[in-house]
Amino acid sequence: MREESMAKADTFPARFMDKLLMGMPLSDYVRTLITPFNVVAMGILCVGIPLIVLRFVDGLATITHASNEYPWSILLGWGLFSGVPLSATGYIMATAVYVFGFKKYHPLVRLGVLTGFLGYLFAVIYLLIDIGRPWRIYYPMAVSYGPTSVLFLVAWHVALYLTVQLLEFSPAILEWLHSRRVRKWAVMITIAMTVAGVILSTLHQSALGALFLLAPGKVHPLWYSGFLPVFFFVSSIYAGLVMVIAVSTILSRFMRNSADREFLGSLDTLTVGLGKGACIVMFVYFALKLIGVAHDDNWDLLATPYGYWFLVEIFLFVLVPGFVLTRGVKRDSARMVRIGAFYALAGVILNRLNVSLITFNWAIPGHLHDLIPPVKEVFVVLAIATLHIIIFRWIVNRMPVLREHPDYREHG
Amino acid sequence: MVKSRERRPAGKDPGEGRGGSREEKPGISRRDCLKALTAAGSATLIGGSVDAHAYKKFSGWPDRCGVLADLTECVGCRSCEAACNRANGLPKPDVPFDEKSVFEEKRRPTASAYTVVNRYEDPEKPGTPVYRKVQCNHCNEPGCASACPVRAYTKTPEGAVLYNKDLCFGCRYCMVACPFYAPAYDYESALEPRVVKCTMCHGRVKAGGVPACVEACPVEAIKFGKRKELIKIAETRIRNRPDRYVDHIYGEHEVGGTSWLYLSRAPFERVDFPTNLPEKPLVEQTKGFLSSVPLVLVLWPAFLGMAYAATRNKEDDK
Repeated sequence: MREESMAKADTFPARFMDKLLMGMPLSDYVRTLITPFNVVAMGILCVGIPLIVLRFVDGLATITHASNEYPWSILLGWGLFSGVPLSATGYIMATAVYVFGFKKYHPLVRLGVLTGFLGYLFAVIYLLIDIGRPWRIYYPMAVSYGPTSVLFLVAWHVALYLTVQLLEFSPAILEWLHSRRVRKWAVMITIAMTVAGVILSTLHQSALGALFLLAPGKVHPLWYSGFLPVFFFVSSIYAGLVMVIAVSTILSRFMRNSADREFLGSLDTLTVGLGKGACIVMFVYFALKLIGVAHDDNWDLLATPYGYWFLVEIFLFVLVPGFVLTRGVKRDSARMVRIGAFYALAGVILNRLNVSLITFNWAIPGHLHDLIPPVKEVFVVLAIATLHIIIFRWIVNRMPVLREHPDYREHG
Repeated sequence: MVKSRERRPAGKDPGEGRGGSREEKPGISRRDCLKALTAAGSATLIGGSVDAHAYKKFSGWPDRCGVLADLTECVGCRSCEAACNRANGLPKPDVPFDEKSVFEEKRRPTASAYTVVNRYEDPEKPGTPVYRKVQCNHCNEPGCASACPVRAYTKTPEGAVLYNKDLCFGCRYCMVACPFYAPAYDYESALEPRVVKCTMCHGRVKAGGVPACVEACPVEAIKFGKRKELIKIAETRIRNRPDRYVDHIYGEHEVGGTSWLYLSRAPFERVDFPTNLPEKPLVEQTKGFLSSVPLVLVLWPAFLGMAYAATRNKEDDK
């Protein structure tokens, strides 16, 4: 078997095909693709992709709920405003391991970087569908500068950070391609890229919050705060931590074969460790949110319907998951930490949707009637999310993400 | 160090002139030239020509124009809507401009209408409705312009805020930022969507005319002029008829002031003017954040480098 594949793989295209098909003949490979998940995924894509095409034929109005009053719909509320904090995994893990020296988390760094990279890539894809003329996406970088705009900063930083994360992940790609010499270069820039990554992330995670500072009359005063950039940045830290827990949980269940023993063996311990970090940040964040209310003296607003909703967010979706995580950490129970992590993730998403959609335009009569997204838009989001998962899986199957490549072991 | 800096900027002009002066103006000697140079240099150094107090303070184009809309005068004839449609070559509306049934719902400017008039019942005076014209207010420091990542918006010296569709990539952040819900977007267009809003008939104004809506108004409910003067007129009207007006000129201070100014007999919040806006221009809301950006860029590498060094140091100790 081995000799056969050696004989087959003497030309570059043949070798490359071999890599793509994971060493299987084409017919075998295709057979492995017929799984219940893939059948559902195909179904979603068959509905979603034509809808994305429709956007470029008949305009945004045909697929989204966006309107003159609500310029940003769920496409960005989910894809950009929720997607970016969940993609904080890359800078969090790289900083923890390379800058702060938490070496034992090394098995999770590549996973963090890949989750971050793909998260940003797909945030840009949501954006490209949403913006009017996506082929002008480079305009803020090359054609006309608007430095008074927070979005100008976001555009630059997301573009730069996407590049940084690709470079951070490149050793995995190069190991997969057996490109030893280029990999050496790619590994050398790790620390520089990590530092660049933290700077860019600090600024654009907070900038996503700062975007809404320009709409003081529109975002509900309980969510509108001068501290919005700080809220967004601090919550992105724990979002990154719990996202790593969530993604590693899913992968250790469904993609066990792509992980090595070191990854699977250390995962429970590392999960508890990440949970510890996350719950501390969550309590800090909770305190900051209270300071935000105090700073603007909005206590009286807490006794209004939006106030109750605010309390639901910060108690039920920040403090309670924080307690679940704490309890998991105290009992050394990875299972409970995992439950807390998924719970905390829901809280981050809820917060971003609250700022960008649910309390945005709260003063407009009939505001809450416009919140439920149309079915078409839901399918577009589902289709992109499905593609996201498929590409993620494709990479994890092939490249050394959950395992160390035997030829490139770093320690020992 | 100081000396060379003092000379360099001034040295440029005489330096260029020197080549020519030898042939054409033999009257200016090298000595005179140097003397002038030193004087100019010291003047710069002392700061004679620059007032440090006024430095970089720009309170807006001095002669910017605006429109004073008096809601107590408007009769809801929609002539302004029709004139705007004609002047800007907009598509024919679904219902004709003399149709009053449009008042049954509250409308807003759209991709095919720069301006609309809405009707409000006045509970204090039943049967005498209040009409309000809605369009871009042409802010002194526009939120849309502060929001635009490609600088597609310009505040002109004449007062109008103009949008350039050739730069726009359709992010719609301007629409998020506009406190008056003025810009509309062409959601129907697949490949060439643009933001649409009132231009305060910039072309007509530059040519010495007035905006089409102002010209069309049969009762002079909207009046075009220099913003400064319009404020004086509005103040006079309020002073002379305190029974007729709420004591407030909407747009004088809201979000740093707008070119369109409004007088009303009904409280402004009752006719859907946003009354929860800061008096500072919107750009002030993001200024603090944006000025922290360079600090993070410079300080973070230092902090992280320190953390890195600390962990390396610990490893070495082991």
